[in-house]
Amino acid sequence: MARRVAVVGTGQTYHKSHRPDVTSREMIHEAVTAALADAELTIREIDAIVIGNMDHFESINYVDTYSVEGSGGVMKPIMKVSTGGTTGATVAIAAYYHVASGLFDRVLAIGFEKNSESDTTGAIITCSDPVWDRFSYSGAIPSLATEATAYMEKYGATQEDAALIGERDRNHAMNNPYAHLRRPFTVADIMNSPMLAYPIKLGDICPRSDGACACILAADGVAQKIAPKPAWFKAAAVRHTYTWFGDSTDYNKGLVSMQRASKDAYAQAGITSPVDEIDVAELYLPYTWAGLKWIEDLGFCGPGEAPKFVAEKNTHMGGKLPVNPSGGVISTNCIGATALLRVAEAAIQVMGKGGARQVPDVRNALATGFGGCFWTDVVILSSEKP
Amino acid sequence: MTEWLKDVEPLTLKGQIAVPYTWWAGETGSRFLVSIRDKRKILGTKCKECGKVFVPPRKNCGRCFTNMEEWVEIADEGVIKAHTIVHYAHPLQPVGPPFAYALIRLDGADVDFLHLIKKDLDKIRNGLRVKAIFSEQRTGHILDIDSFELI
Ligand SMILES: [Zn+2]
Repeated sequence: MARRVAVVGTGQTYHKSHRPDVTSREMIHEAVTAALADAELTIREIDAIVIGNMDHFESINYVDTYSVEGSGGVMKPIMKVSTGGTTGATVAIAAYYHVASGLFDRVLAIGFEKNSESDTTGAIITCSDPVWDRFSYSGAIPSLATEATAYMEKYGATQEDAALIGERDRNHAMNNPYAHLRRPFTVADIMNSPMLAYPIKLGDICPRSDGACACILAADGVAQKIAPKPAWFKAAAVRHTYTWFGDSTDYNKGLVSMQRASKDAYAQAGITSPVDEIDVAELYLPYTWAGLKWIEDLGFCGPGEAPKFVAEKNTHMGGKLPVNPSGGVISTNCIGATALLRVAEAAIQVMGKGGARQVPDVRNALATGFGGCFWTDVVILSSEKP
Repeated sequence: MTEWLKDVEPLTLKGQIAVPYTWWAGETGSRFLVSIRDKRKILGTKCKECGKVFVPPRKNCGRCFTNMEEWVEIADEGVIKAHTIVHYAHPLQPVGPPFAYALIRLDGADVDFLHLIKKDLDKIRNGLRVKAIFSEQRTGHILDIDSFELI
């Protein structure tokens, strides 16, 4: 039987479009020292480290080694995990496995990215098959745009329906001192922004950010001594599909990897009615349309119901199931850290440390990661030890 | 095993990706690079806990896990700790062969500095003293130090 595991501390940088003042190693150090301070631990008390970012992004592909001064990994067990957009969530899940295995009591999970140092699209496209899909179906925006048009045609959703997701998340970011974009942004602003690939406009997509995030995970018996209110892992699920876009993504079926991962996670957590039992969700929504379609795949509402569900403000702060109190990916996207930020923000909500972005009385918080050819990670954290 | 080659022409596809990486040197790294560019002075940082002096400078000590704010000037002379003489050419090497890569312990530092020796290759031995030769054209780059020469 695996041991119970909790997040006991989190740390993140003040995310920005570019950080000329630090190298990525130095930026990692900021997040790690913040997490250690949050948990009131020293680096000597950390037993092992899991770290990840996007392969090819900074041309530093041995980040486990490269980062040791920043991570505190000098002469400690350290392992790199890289799974594209899901990297941060996978790092958290790998750290969870480390502690659950019984081999390590306190494990540090780190994700980071300096988008300002490379060409994001040039690196992201390496998720696609080099012989086939890379030449005839290129880049993150067109593949997401294809998903969006399929959703529009099937359910009659409008561009304004999607833009409301952007307005919501950008407004939420006003409450998060760490968010990259902290200016009000409206449906009209999004509708007036340049069209990139129909129906995705500039205002519909995430920014490129520099930033890092760190979480400290601890075992049952240790966690309670570190944190007054640990955020316990109730579920962790990973689902990968084919890399072939023409096979991995039946756009008319929905995001199958998210349907399967969330179904698994709900079973692990004993959740039968997500909308009633989950108090807050930090979702990896790289573009506005994901805030409609993917909440259906997560079972927050039925197929085709998302535009109405969102318009009725169920996912706004104060709603039935607030989504992205942090401002989400539309406001901050330091890619290798992005999915770990979802887990960290979910932990912050459970631990009651959210300040202006805190949702009251959070028992269960759900975090997702999304990556490359439509794969998914899901984590559920809880104030109750399972 | 290669029978299929009689029936099918084996094809390759050339990638289109050339990523123009640009790295921020950061405040700590930039201070070092500006110093060698503008003043021909080599700077390091010192850890207040273990007392080690690092060159090139690092922002925090990896072992003590504390930020290093103390800057120290390092000599432009030191001792060869280890080296190799390179005899082959590669586009990523800074100069054509023959030349030497060397670990040089600059006076005042506690770690070795990686650099080039271009002259007197037949005389190089570990333990010999060398001195930095600065380039005339300096841009804020580790190769603003052209190379080291035997003293
Ligand atoms: Zn030290």
